[in-house]
Amino acid sequence: MISPQQVEEMIKVAMPDAQVQVQDLTGGGDHYQVVVVSSQFEGKGRVQQHQLVYSSLNQAMSSEAIHALALKTYTPQAWQAASQVV
Amino acid sequence: MTPELKERLDNLIQQNKILVFMKGNKLMPQCGFSNNVVQILNTLGVPFETVDVLADYEIRQGIKEYSNWPTIPQVYVNGQFVGGSDILIEMYQSGELQQMVEVALAS
Repeated sequence: MISPQQVEEMIKVAMPDAQVQVQDLTGGGDHYQVVVVSSQFEGKGRVQQHQLVYSSLNQAMSSEAIHALALKTYTPQAWQAASQVV
Repeated sequence: MTPELKERLDNLIQQNKILVFMKGNKLMPQCGFSNNVVQILNTLGVPFETVDVLADYEIRQGIKEYSNWPTIPQVYVNGQFVGGSDILIEMYQSGELQQMVEVALAS
């Protein structure tokens, strides 16, 4: 089990410029939905973007402290475009 | 990873145009994320094969290292790692997935 703040901190260690939204889906501290917006995603495909986030959470994921992670990644530009639709 | 395991994974991925490493099987997915992927591919109506990682511990651990991806399911199309459940959903919604599998099946 891990807190939403810890998830956010771990991602920000790897990606200091990231905007991170963490949602605990079950309240159990192991099923998370995370939205990450970072300029480090620019020029990368979706797989590489997700790999960046996964690697920042590597320890928590391999120990299964985080059991499930639904992930959405955006570049700042893509995020702006997505926000406008909503 | 042992060379034997790598070769097994190489062969599986090369021999199947659309391959899903998942928990459970098409008829009885054992995890919601694996189920998402099966439902999407069923909706597209394309032929695909699955590998049940729960039935093979070596593959369950090995595929995470092989793909540099810590979660199951994992989808391969035409020998290329495409992603997990989140990416499949996004690509399905944008229409990219349909395009990708059509190209793969025609090749």
